[in-house]
Amino acid sequence: MSEAPEMHVRPKIVGARIKRTEDPRLLTGLGAYTDDRQIVRPLHVAFRRSDQSHAKIRLIDSAAARKAPGVVAIFTAVDLSEDVRTLVATSRMKDYHATPIFPLARGKVRYVGEPVVGVIAQSRYQAEDALELIVIDYEPLPVVIDPEQAVRDGAPLLHEEAGTNVLVSREFKRGDIDAVLASAPVRVEGRFRMHRKTPVAIEPRACVAEYDAGRQALTLHSATQVPGIVRDALAAALDIPGHRVRVIAPDVGGGFGGKGSLYPEEIFVCAAARRLRRAVKWTSDRMEDLLANTQGFDEIVDAEIGLDAGGHVLALRADVIGDVGAYSIYPWTAALEPIQVVSFLPGPYRIEHYRGRVQAVATSKAPTGPYRGVGRPTSTFVMERLMDMAAARLSIDPAEIRRRNLIPADELPYKAASGIVWDKSGFHECLQAACNAIGYDAWRARQKTARANGRWIGIGIASYAELTGIGSRISVAPGMPINTGTETASIRIDSTGAITAAFGVASHGQGLETTLAQVVAEHLGARFEDIRVIQGDSAAVAGGTGTYASRSMVLAGGAATLAAQTVRDKILNAASHLLEASVGDLAVQDGKITIVGTDRSISFADVARAVYSEIGKLPQEARGELAATKTYDPVFGTTSSATHIAVVEIDPQTYQIRIDQFVVAEDCGKLVNPLIVDGQVHGGVAQGIGAALYEEVRYDPQGQILTASLVDYLVPSACEIPSIQVTHVESASPTTLGGFRGMGEGGTIGALAAIANAVADALSPLGVDINELPMTPERLFRLIEAAKAETRS
Amino acid sequence: MSGTRDITVTVNGATYPVSVEPRLLLVDFLRHTLGLTGTHVGCEHGVCGACTVLVDGDSARACLMLAIQADGRSIDTVEGLGRIGQMNALQESFHTHHALQCGFCTPGMLMTATDLLQKYPLATDDDIRRGLSGNLCRCTGYEHIVRAVRAVVDKRKAAP
Ligand code: FES
Ligand code: FES
Repeated sequence: MSEAPEMHVRPKIVGARIKRTEDPRLLTGLGAYTDDRQIVRPLHVAFRRSDQSHAKIRLIDSAAARKAPGVVAIFTAVDLSEDVRTLVATSRMKDYHATPIFPLARGKVRYVGEPVVGVIAQSRYQAEDALELIVIDYEPLPVVIDPEQAVRDGAPLLHEEAGTNVLVSREFKRGDIDAVLASAPVRVEGRFRMHRKTPVAIEPRACVAEYDAGRQALTLHSATQVPGIVRDALAAALDIPGHRVRVIAPDVGGGFGGKGSLYPEEIFVCAAARRLRRAVKWTSDRMEDLLANTQGFDEIVDAEIGLDAGGHVLALRADVIGDVGAYSIYPWTAALEPIQVVSFLPGPYRIEHYRGRVQAVATSKAPTGPYRGVGRPTSTFVMERLMDMAAARLSIDPAEIRRRNLIPADELPYKAASGIVWDKSGFHECLQAACNAIGYDAWRARQKTARANGRWIGIGIASYAELTGIGSRISVAPGMPINTGTETASIRIDSTGAITAAFGVASHGQGLETTLAQVVAEHLGARFEDIRVIQGDSAAVAGGTGTYASRSMVLAGGAATLAAQTVRDKILNAASHLLEASVGDLAVQDGKITIVGTDRSISFADVARAVYSEIGKLPQEARGELAATKTYDPVFGTTSSATHIAVVEIDPQTYQIRIDQFVVAEDCGKLVNPLIVDGQVHGGVAQGIGAALYEEVRYDPQGQILTASLVDYLVPSACEIPSIQVTHVESASPTTLGGFRGMGEGGTIGALAAIANAVADALSPLGVDINELPMTPERLFRLIEAAKAETRS
Repeated sequence: MSGTRDITVTVNGATYPVSVEPRLLLVDFLRHTLGLTGTHVGCEHGVCGACTVLVDGDSARACLMLAIQADGRSIDTVEGLGRIGQMNALQESFHTHHALQCGFCTPGMLMTATDLLQKYPLATDDDIRRGLSGNLCRCTGYEHIVRAVRAVVDKRKAAP
């Protein structure tokens, strides 16, 4: 790292509420999303997808479709078997069963919506016309829909080769759980159900492959969060060296994890483009998105805590079944979501004894993959419900029971019972800040009066911690095919003096073109507006994965810091010759190098000209390229934490739940751009509210999906989302460069639990327990009716 | 589905005499025939609002209209609002208040808000929320969008 003295005298760029670089193009209709790409004579794909949940493919007859107007080619799995090598999401976890990834279903189908045949035509309209002419003869197999039945011996198998539907199982254990629970003075337990969600980025997925037959090179534009992962996978699947496959994620219309895995359609368009030597394009419609995008959060959790009489948690036990759908997703594996549930269940609390067991079960539904929060929305929901249930049992205020159990600052870093290490983060500070912001005590007083008047008002708290910006020592699935622990930045000043900073991350709404430029400007001494950030392109750096898991600011920001400091040293060295001053007397600021205390200065552009173009002006030693590439590895990662508090009121007539106030106090470390951080929290909370109250992917017992439109799968609008207040507890991370912590997912992690606790609190006079989400008016109605019936009898 | 129909559509003030298939959606016509890709497609079934344009001054969903239904009419899309460097007050307000993240819902939001601002007083934030409730945004939680529209309303009120 640089030995140069701290030279910042101007207002800091990191930490400023800078308006985003991305905005002008997106506000004027000049964004370039994948489907916007203008290509010469592209071909269009429509997929015939399975209408069966689980069935053998006996026969596919495409003869009539081949003759349909505009049809250029039709491919089935068999047709492509020579073109595409099978990929598998590998892992070293014991008892793990990988499932192969094919571009089209091979031999059998395992969920409604699985692509079976790809029709390629001159226009999308013609490709869709031809779909209807394809005849597929299926032999139905027993559906595998109920995950609890699917784990039983003798259940029909989705993947015969695995010999079981349990794709992976794990256990985390510390201490003597059974004995401690048995002797605990107070025990509370519950069976919790988190129903399946789907990400619903407003831009449906899309990809277009262009093949340069002369260079035998493929370029894929794809609405993906992980261009680097897709590039590496395509190189392997298609047997092409990486320098002849380039994956570009242009402007991407949201992801939330749903664009964070490799998809069959991406492999298909590439294989087809190479075969046909033409550009091949596919844009998902919303129905395909709801059928076949990766889904998330689908768990049944049986959990129990034991406490002492003072409300201190002594032990926690949990048994989790995660319904992972039909395939083990690439590259994350089926372990991703369910294992995070048991890893994070102990939360930010001091809990000595723990046992968490989990089974990831394959069912004939769409595969699950990453979805904002991954595992932690469920673990937080369960743990925070248990906390409130215990508080009620012991007649302790919910805020107070958390105060008694949150790990105190002087015990951090703390190794949680599941093995996760929490570094210093504002657990207690967030709880206090959230209580202050919402006026917790005043609300409790108001609630008392309202209750006396028969109103159902509830206050719900949720505290959580998450691990973000994880480095190379932590892996969601040990031995998976990729490294998520490093990111690279490549910064250069070219011969015109322009600055380009290239990264392996891939922004899809986070504003990384803005925030990474802030970090570069800060450490290079450049002007913010002079920096162009390149991201979302597998060719930008030699190795990179993308943007997911609340990692980009920590990892790419760290790499940017290192690379910018190195380039600044090179600039200073060249400038010291040009200004005939020693480096120690120079200051860099706003793209200029100045001799401190004088008015003598030189611009970056002049230094660049001297280095590259005006040979002889500088000695050889000072003429090195003004460029540096650095990789950063935060090794373990860092802790982000927050407390959310919701106030809700339930209408006793309609059972509609109205959110009156929602407050978040969060610690994401040093803020790079508070405007952007606030936006991320708002969006995360809105997704959490949707997950808590409205959103549910439903399948019928035959495995048919019932939520195949946005009329059936309810995404909250501006009317369902309240104004959201955000407070920052900005404690710089001690473990990451720059003190950044990740914050893309936290909003979703806390919101579900806060809403669930608020609803339960509102109904506590009725003795209703909230252990299932989403809590729709219909579910609420049934619960309340059941509770009333109980009191009557 | 052969055979085409001749239509004349005005888009952002320019007139296009064209020949289109009767089944061509207005949104596909704008995006792929005219190359005006600022109007987006988020659902193709009338729920998300990403495709919102103004038809003779009223907001409408371009995924629920055929191009031939626009014959003789005047369409306004996001491309007509204001260019980079000369954005209109609403676009500027979205920029200032960070009312967009991925930007995919944004053109539809801007067109709906344009319509609302022309027709309604939008006295309360709830009025703004109700007015925008036909446009889904998955990124922003709506908070900053509401603030951006509010700022334009307030400025309008302050103006003589
Ligand atoms: S695309 Fe028209 S409303 Fe969604
Ligand atoms: S900004 Fe992404 S959907 Fe609204």
